Amino acid sequence: MSNKLLVALDGSDGGRRALHAAVEHASLTGADLVLTYVIEWTPYSFHTPQELEERHQRRESEIERANESVLASEREVVISAGLKVETVVRHGKIAETLVNLAREHDVSQIYIGRRGESLVHSMIFGSVTASLIQTAEVPVTVVP
Amino acid sequence: MKRFMGMLVLLAGSHSSAQAGIDDVINSATAPIATLIGQIVFFKIPIFGAQLPVVVLWLVVGAVFFTFYMGFINLRGFKHAIQLVRGDYADPNSSGEVSHFQALATAVSGTVGIGNIGGVAVAVTVGGPGATFWLIMAGFLGMSTKFVECTLGVKYRKEFDDGHVSGGPMYYLRQGFKERGMEGFGKFMGTFYAIGIFIGALGIGNMFQSNQAYVQLNNVSGGALDGLGWLVGLILAGVVFSVIVGGIKSIARVTEKIVPFMAIFYCLFSIIVILMNVGSLPQAIANIFTGAFTGEGVAGGALGAMIIGFQRAVFSNEAGIGSASIAHSAVRTDEPVTEGIVSLLEPFIDTIVICTITALVIGTAQVAAPDFAGDSIGVAMTSAAFEREFSWFPIPLAFAALMFAFSTMISWSYYGLKGWTYLFGEDERGQTIYKILFCVFVALGCVVQLGPILDISDALVFLICVPNILGLYFLAPIVKREMISYFARVESGEIRKFK
Repeated sequence: MSNKLLVALDGSDGGRRALHAAVEHASLTGADLVLTYVIEWTPYSFHTPQELEERHQRRESEIERANESVLASEREVVISAGLKVETVVRHGKIAETLVNLAREHDVSQIYIGRRGESLVHSMIFGSVTASLIQTAEVPVTVVP
Repeated sequence: MKRFMGMLVLLAGSHSSAQAGIDDVINSATAPIATLIGQIVFFKIPIFGAQLPVVVLWLVVGAVFFTFYMGFINLRGFKHAIQLVRGDYADPNSSGEVSHFQALATAVSGTVGIGNIGGVAVAVTVGGPGATFWLIMAGFLGMSTKFVECTLGVKYRKEFDDGHVSGGPMYYLRQGFKERGMEGFGKFMGTFYAIGIFIGALGIGNMFQSNQAYVQLNNVSGGALDGLGWLVGLILAGVVFSVIVGGIKSIARVTEKIVPFMAIFYCLFSIIVILMNVGSLPQAIANIFTGAFTGEGVAGGALGAMIIGFQRAVFSNEAGIGSASIAHSAVRTDEPVTEGIVSLLEPFIDTIVICTITALVIGTAQVAAPDFAGDSIGVAMTSAAFEREFSWFPIPLAFAALMFAFSTMISWSYYGLKGWTYLFGEDERGQTIYKILFCVFVALGCVVQLGPILDISDALVFLICVPNILGLYFLAPIVKREMISYFARVESGEIRKFK
């Protein structure tokens, strides 16, 4: 297993805190960071033909927005700490996609911020963090 | 826009007092044209006492040819189609693009409509129980036609600089014939198709749908909406307007979600009704088979039943008409064949599953109580078959019919738009004019009885299968080559599974 840490970012403060914890950890162990932004998406939804036609352009702009508004600035944080970093934006179910990305990039640990989902919300939709912990194949650090 | 609505209100307002007047004028002006076009398109050859419309023969011969030429792709490709829809071959790096499931769901909600509920009842009334057998057979053969047209739709679609795509038969006809050295002919065929799909979108994909939705609502409310067609029309037109012009996606999204559930709900209740009549089921199935080959009591005998079954199947699943090819063209894929394979499932779901279930509901009711429906035909007959078991069923059924009609209108507004942009260019203003025109026709569909205009539109939709299938014959070798190469690469593992 390579010496890499995956950080799940979503533009929130929780994500930023997870990044700081990961940077601290990586500075001690000399690990590289993989910064990820997962855009919630499912292949099993229903759309009009017009929406199908616009989908490609919309996807491009979603990826661009994720890169520009979140990953670009967080990337700078890692570089200024003197660490190596790569960034990934991907569409999918958040927990499942993070698990897949961890496998693809062969990371040794996942860092994620606590999302502060309300009890009702997580009872209905399930908590992203909880399902990540249940399904991840590497240790997960949840940063409060 | 205001002016358009003003005109509409005027039209609607004058409806009650002068309906007959307007209808008469429009009818008498268009009837001769409708009759002429109808006679040409639905030209019938009498064979052994049955009347065989040439256009149905043209579609069926095409479907049989493609089934054999593609080596029974409708059977061979079935398992792979399910794997594709499940996402087994979806590359995670292209997640976020239109998935195979989404493309299939959109195309299916364009075809599942009133025909699945009412069309089958018409087939069984006119062609006897045996028509069901031929309906299923036509659905099975139609799978091959769909495969060819949807593969071509993706292969020859046009990509614009800003990344949006337009595709469908008009594009593959133009480009495909050009590649075969028949540029002028291809241009003519493409334009012809585009005009046909544009007018068809205003009729079969629009006025017919809103009209049927109104009739259903009126029936279920016990005639409370008599004379209020203008109101229902305006509301429907308003909702369609908000989706296709206003871009209010939430309404579209809700419908697109409701339609599949409606379809599942419909199938589920059908199965329950069939099970409640399970004693009549063996006899109902036996009637389908004996009827198919003896055609007892049907004009034209077995052949008559066959013609009716084939005709209804085509009306329902649109294989050979090329409309689904337009929806599939929007999908971004490096392998056009995969869209073709996924589209195999459309006639399967639409005709082999939903239509057959409807036929069994009616069939078992007929065995148990031959006169269950009285004089009613079409949707009312299906409704009566359900009512025998669940007295409240006509209400959700009418709601389902309304939803099916609405989603069909949304899909066809897009097909017509693609015909329009093919003819007049991708200019935004032109597109808005088309969309407003589409909404006006939605309202008109509920207001006036435009029999001949609907006949013209019906005929044109069938007429466009002439250039479409002709194009498919010419381009089939290209599809076959791609298909063989694709399956070879799946076999060798070059195209790999991700799940």
